[in-house]
Amino acid sequence: MSEVTVYAEKCKGCRYCAGVCNQDAISFSEKSNAAGYQFAQVDPEKCIQCGLCYTVCPDCVFEIA
Amino acid sequence: MAVTRVKPKLIGENNQYCSGCGHGILNRLVAEVLEELGRADDAILVTAVGCACMMNELWQGDNMQAAHGRAPASATAIKRLRPENIVFTYQGDGDLSSIGIAEILHATARNEKFTTIFANNGVFGMTGGQMAPTTLVGQKTTTTHFGRDPQFTGMPVKIVELLATLKPAYLARGSVDSIKNINTTKKYIRNAFEAQIDSEGFSLVEVLLPCPTNWHLTPEQALERVGSTVEAYYPLGEVVKRGE
Amino acid sequence: MKGNEVVGEAAARAGCNMFCGYPITPSSETLEYVSARFPELGRQFVQAESELAAINMVFGAAAAGFRVMTASSGPGFDLKQEGISYIASCDLPCVIVDVCRYGSGLGAISPGQNDYLQATKGGGHGDYKVLVYAPNSVQEIADLMVLANDKADEYRMPVLILSDGALGQMMEPVTLPEFGPDDQVKNKPWALRGRGPDGERNQITTALYVDPDFANKLRKKYAEIEAKETRAESYLTDDAEVVLVSYGISSRIAKEAVNRAREKGIKLGLFRPISLWPFPKKELGEATANAKAVLSVEMSSLGQMVEDVALHLKGRLPIYLELSDMNVPQVANILKKVDGILNGSEQEVY
Repeated sequence: MSEVTVYAEKCKGCRYCAGVCNQDAISFSEKSNAAGYQFAQVDPEKCIQCGLCYTVCPDCVFEIA
Repeated sequence: MAVTRVKPKLIGENNQYCSGCGHGILNRLVAEVLEELGRADDAILVTAVGCACMMNELWQGDNMQAAHGRAPASATAIKRLRPENIVFTYQGDGDLSSIGIAEILHATARNEKFTTIFANNGVFGMTGGQMAPTTLVGQKTTTTHFGRDPQFTGMPVKIVELLATLKPAYLARGSVDSIKNINTTKKYIRNAFEAQIDSEGFSLVEVLLPCPTNWHLTPEQALERVGSTVEAYYPLGEVVKRGE
Repeated sequence: MKGNEVVGEAAARAGCNMFCGYPITPSSETLEYVSARFPELGRQFVQAESELAAINMVFGAAAAGFRVMTASSGPGFDLKQEGISYIASCDLPCVIVDVCRYGSGLGAISPGQNDYLQATKGGGHGDYKVLVYAPNSVQEIADLMVLANDKADEYRMPVLILSDGALGQMMEPVTLPEFGPDDQVKNKPWALRGRGPDGERNQITTALYVDPDFANKLRKKYAEIEAKETRAESYLTDDAEVVLVSYGISSRIAKEAVNRAREKGIKLGLFRPISLWPFPKKELGEATANAKAVLSVEMSSLGQMVEDVALHLKGRLPIYLELSDMNVPQVANILKKVDGILNGSEQEVY
């Protein structure tokens, strides 16, 4: 069973991932990461590891393995 | 369906691009294709001047920083001396379509056997969002304060269509505004590198990218603009297919 | 053989793997010669779409670790300057030949020596130097082409041969160098060749991006070259009252003037810089140790090398100037000026 890893420190908060996620599994943190961005968070209950977030992400925040 | 998706090894840990910058997506697509083709170890990247040159630090393969617009000239020499290597340039639209238009035209005319990845976001990014030859009519930039006026600045340059008259091995235009277009663009990039591997001649893929910073839009708005407005002027598709 | 053709043949024998150039008079014979000769030897030749493209092809070839050269003249040499600055900034070797023609702007296609300052003081932007050699015969073109290729690799920097329209078009007998190895690329671990299975990448970029100590290294490198790489010829200077200073084609006429003067009992000598950067300042000092005056003989309208002569003599001697504009200097004019210097009727320029 694969699972999604979120490298929150790389996230720049562009929200492209939320726009493509069909499962509504992505939300954004209230706190900022070290770079100052509200970062993506994945709800493991909703995530189906489809990889769309990886595909659209400019910053390699997501890994599905 | 669950899939496996892992960052390509050719891409380093942290890029220097702005939030929502399309270069990050395109850099990764190029890396994925080269790794899938098994050519990561022998690929040589020649980067441009502008935001595109931030790929140098990110890219974990051999690379050089060419002079502004001249990457196709430098790549010409490298490919001729090292025909067994994959050689490709990565250039933005200020670099390729403005100061470097002679170099890209003549590399295409000579049908040099390297590949160019042409990142078109319609502005000079690094220098602060000035008009590029690719800027759309009406688009506001730091040198077209009231929108690009074709009476004074002409019409946006369509590079792929322009180069098509020279009959290179492969020309296509893709985009990154949707999952479908990202996947199609990746296929175009694969076709371009396969054309090089088979010594068919010059190959180029233009990719429409968002530049939220210089378009003064949120990343989501910028990505939407690529699909709704930019693609209306720059049609997507393969303009010269392999073997044509 | 013709000077411009010897440029190409000697480069091939020095192991040059690629030539990238653009046609311009009076250097085009090199381009024409290598267009046939390099492919015959399995070397690469590209006729570029512009001088800009040509020098940036040189940049790429040098980055890939291969011996590479270009040749141009006057306005074309201008256009190469940005590329030369890039190549120097990346610590890359290459060889460039400027077959100097007279005049600024379009100028003329006749020989000239008015690219001296551009060649020796850095024609492009930023802080950099290139080694500059000035041959005065077809034979010396052949010899210096080999030296230029070796020094470019040794110091990882561009090396310039400053020829001129007369030397380029001149035919003289020449003993060509033997063919050397053409695989110097194997000695360049820094070259772009694909990172290989070990995963260590090579990067070619302006040194300041990758080396925090680059400025100190640059100063050290140029100081070493200034100490070790000067070349000059002194002819009958030991007892000379007036020493002519002249390089390239002009130095041959200057030498003849010395011979004629000596026949008349005038103590004239010749100092000929062969390396223009680094300028042979120590050698100039020795050659003028017993002199009363120095006369710079140049094929230009304003005099350019004379500035280096003045700089390095530091006001020790009066310096005079003989300028021949767009023609090679004349022995009679040089001797007339020497007479004027000796009888006090000539005005010094420094």
